[in-house]
Amino acid sequence: MATKKFMYLNRKASYGTAYAIESLEVVLIAAAFDQDVSLAFIDDGVYQIVEGQNTDGIGMKNFSKTFHALGDYDINKLYVSAESLVERGLTADDLMSLVYEDEDDDWAEKPSVKIVSNAELTKIMSDQDVCLSF
Amino acid sequence: MKISIQINEGPYQHQASDTAYLFAKAAIDAGHEIFRVFFYHDGVNNASRFTMPPQDDRNVVNQWAELNIKNASGEPELVVCIAAALRRGMLDESEANKNGVEGNNIHPAFRISGLGQLIEAGIQSDRLVVFGD
Repeated sequence: MATKKFMYLNRKASYGTAYAIESLEVVLIAAAFDQDVSLAFIDDGVYQIVEGQNTDGIGMKNFSKTFHALGDYDINKLYVSAESLVERGLTADDLMSLVYEDEDDDWAEKPSVKIVSNAELTKIMSDQDVCLSF
Repeated sequence: MKISIQINEGPYQHQASDTAYLFAKAAIDAGHEIFRVFFYHDGVNNASRFTMPPQDDRNVVNQWAELNIKNASGEPELVVCIAAALRRGMLDESEANKNGVEGNNIHPAFRISGLGQLIEAGIQSDRLVVFGD
């Protein structure tokens, strides 16, 4: 099967609507298809990977820990919009430390998250074959 | 061109399904192929055969059914995500039996399948067009 570049655009916060969790479900399935996968977090989507999420008060499953598993699925290109962070008073320090082990570099642990400007993200998006928007 | 469509919103509440339908119809009329329409999130509600709008309104579900989007084996290519469907009370006969409940509501022009069908649509199609918020 042909390999294409798939990007998953996450634009909504983790809770409040089902977009975030159901996007992550697609990403995990996609990992089995051996495609080139990347994720982008823009607008309220940046909240999905904020550290220290707690859903105790809302009776919903806290799925934020699942993002830590992405590295094991060879999903290690997570782009975060710098502008979306700034607009929400967030910095890189507020985000979960998501890493992967680089098999081409003696399994060294490397960060999966890359903060990029919207202009850079536009370029990365235009380089994709398929963009799925959630 | 080979085109697939993803629909993320339910009928009547949101225009996504209507717009996607008009897009699919126009694409077919222009000689393009609709490889697959994948219903996800609340979009799974577009497949309910119990949808009964008032007489003077469009029937979103039947409109999709009338497009008659099928593959070479004659299977419907209006595909409803199984995980999203089950948690929203959308079941076909087989899932109803499996889960021990009576009745089923998936329109026969649609079929239930997994998320892999969405990824496959992305791989196989020249374009994947997403409709939703």
